[in-house]
Amino acid sequence: MQKFEKFSGLVVPLDRANVDTDAIIPKQFLKSIKRSGFGPYAFDEWRYLDHGEPGMDCSKRPLNKDFVLNQPRYQGAQVLLARENFGCGSSREHAPWALDDYGFRVVIAPSFADIFFNNCFKNGMLPIKLAADKVDELFKAVEAKEGFALTVDLVQQTLTTPDGAVYKFEVDEFRKHCLLNGLDDIGLTLQHKADISAFETKHRASQPWLFA
Amino acid sequence: MNAQTLYDKLWNSHLVRTEADGTALIYIDRHLVHEVTSPQAFEGMRMAHRKPWRVDSILAVPDHNVPTKNLAAGITDPISRLQVETLDANCAELGITEFKMGDIRQGVVHVMGPEQGATLPGMTVVCGDSHTSTHGAFGALAHGIGTSEVEHVMATQCLVAKKSKTMLVKVDGKLGHGVTSKDIALAVIGQIGTAGGTGYAIEFGGDTIRGLSMEGRMTLCNMAIEAGARAGMVAADETTFAYIKGRPFAPKGAQWDAAVTYWRTLHSDADAKFDTTITLDAAKIKPQVTWGTSPEMVLPVDGIVPDPANITDAVKRSDTERALQYMGLKANTPITEIKIDKVFIGSCTNGRIEDMRAAAAVAKGGKVAANVMLAMVVPGSGLVKAQAEQEGLDKIFIEAGFEWRDPGCSMCLAMNDDRLSSGERCASTSNRNFEGRQGQGGRTHLVSPAMAAAAAIAGHFVDVSKQ
Ligand code: SF4
Repeated sequence: MQKFEKFSGLVVPLDRANVDTDAIIPKQFLKSIKRSGFGPYAFDEWRYLDHGEPGMDCSKRPLNKDFVLNQPRYQGAQVLLARENFGCGSSREHAPWALDDYGFRVVIAPSFADIFFNNCFKNGMLPIKLAADKVDELFKAVEAKEGFALTVDLVQQTLTTPDGAVYKFEVDEFRKHCLLNGLDDIGLTLQHKADISAFETKHRASQPWLFA
Repeated sequence: MNAQTLYDKLWNSHLVRTEADGTALIYIDRHLVHEVTSPQAFEGMRMAHRKPWRVDSILAVPDHNVPTKNLAAGITDPISRLQVETLDANCAELGITEFKMGDIRQGVVHVMGPEQGATLPGMTVVCGDSHTSTHGAFGALAHGIGTSEVEHVMATQCLVAKKSKTMLVKVDGKLGHGVTSKDIALAVIGQIGTAGGTGYAIEFGGDTIRGLSMEGRMTLCNMAIEAGARAGMVAADETTFAYIKGRPFAPKGAQWDAAVTYWRTLHSDADAKFDTTITLDAAKIKPQVTWGTSPEMVLPVDGIVPDPANITDAVKRSDTERALQYMGLKANTPITEIKIDKVFIGSCTNGRIEDMRAAAAVAKGGKVAANVMLAMVVPGSGLVKAQAEQEGLDKIFIEAGFEWRDPGCSMCLAMNDDRLSSGERCASTSNRNFEGRQGQGGRTHLVSPAMAAAAAIAGHFVDVSKQ
């Protein structure tokens, strides 16, 4: 997994509460055999005017110009700003895959659905909970200023606006450690590589037929 | 040393490390892979530039999407085809042994593994499929896992797990005529419920279990997951060793002798303590038929469909009402008066040679009833099919009006073209009777192969123990 380093990213304001995972990535895309390539279909029903199906060439599809992700000033956004209970509904891990593939590294909201919140960390993304009034301030600031970017510093646990205003956020120590070091579940286990190898050697000696 | 259960022995012999909170890393000996739950795992590995830890521990086979008719024409549905092709490509790229479509060894993953001798006593076995519990029949610790875990095991050879509680299901006594391990499994689930085994690893013991063949033990462990237990197991014994000996992946020569010596220790110690013990009298078990939309909604064949009016518990009453409505059944109907439209004999529960023999013995000389529009027999693997044909079972089925198909999961989950239409009623030897499992609106009654064959001939359920 990619290490989570300090960066400054354009913010897109998705002014909705209860954005569910079916909105993030509709169910027809779950038939895919991939975990990458979902980016073009992220928020499919909101982004396009036609009905999306897996394998479609999205560059040729009619865009919903009113949807915020389609507005020219938000192209290339890496930070998604939303309202409460983001990521509710089905547990599909395709939702964080889609956001990640789209290019988001951070989602900011007053609250998140549990499974989605966990799944973000597993995929190297940082979900940030901020108080509702702080989120509100950010919405206003983003809309007021084109090119509004936030500097995300996980080590310091801060978000810094272009004007220098600083927002502190909380993050679980262990998860922070994993993100900063690029450790997913597999990465974590592989930290015990020596233990696994030592076990394997012993196991092979006692039951060689398992390794034939 | 303290007395240990079989589960303790298997757990302890694979423990790589334990964290303070009890989370453990368990070493995995055998990883079985099929086309549906593996593609994202392979891609995840690729994206992270990782390679499998031990390629020789992995054995792959396509089964869920494989057509059971006209195999040569290939898979028509492009999404199904892509899943199988993706498995082929991933295995080729990484050098993983795969039994592809058309290979005689291809079949349902849980039939194929044991048949190849790839499941051995004392092993830990995983597969991205809940019915992996099947392999516990060999005195192995077998877990079904999710796609993220498939990737984790591939990359690290380990599974992150917490130790389960232990449950002994002890069955003693002589099984009646026509009563099989499928009926034991359903009777156990009827007794403890589909959540009864949640959090437990179940060991099946007692002299009835000792008397079962390996096929019978696999059927039983296969259904452990339907009782909520992630793992089911049976101690290894002479029946186990005799089944394994000479199979392609089995140890040979001096290794065989060493292995058997070790395998003889794979049983619960006489004074081992289980967290829970359930006992059943085999002589009292009758052929079982599920009437509802969960495996615990099950009755002996001489039973009558429950009447919600007699159920005091409000939740249970509304569950029963809902199930009866979905199943299109009236309260108080005798099970033997339920007419069926289709019959499915196969799956990882009952697609082995012994199941084919049991069904053929009942079908012999009979004719599929006029109201049964399709009765299909789907062997669990190409080798089961070949063996059955060598014994002339295919002819018995065909003469009786059954269709004799190619191996695969088929109508167990209806991912290929074999499925029920809405409202159709099926006597099925598979393991799940959930709403829509065998096709949207389809109605499934779980039974043993002998019961399914008898229902095909009669057109409704009949008591095979009386035949
Ligand atoms: S036969 Fe059914 S239960 Fe068994 S692996 Fe196939 S789909 Fe799953």
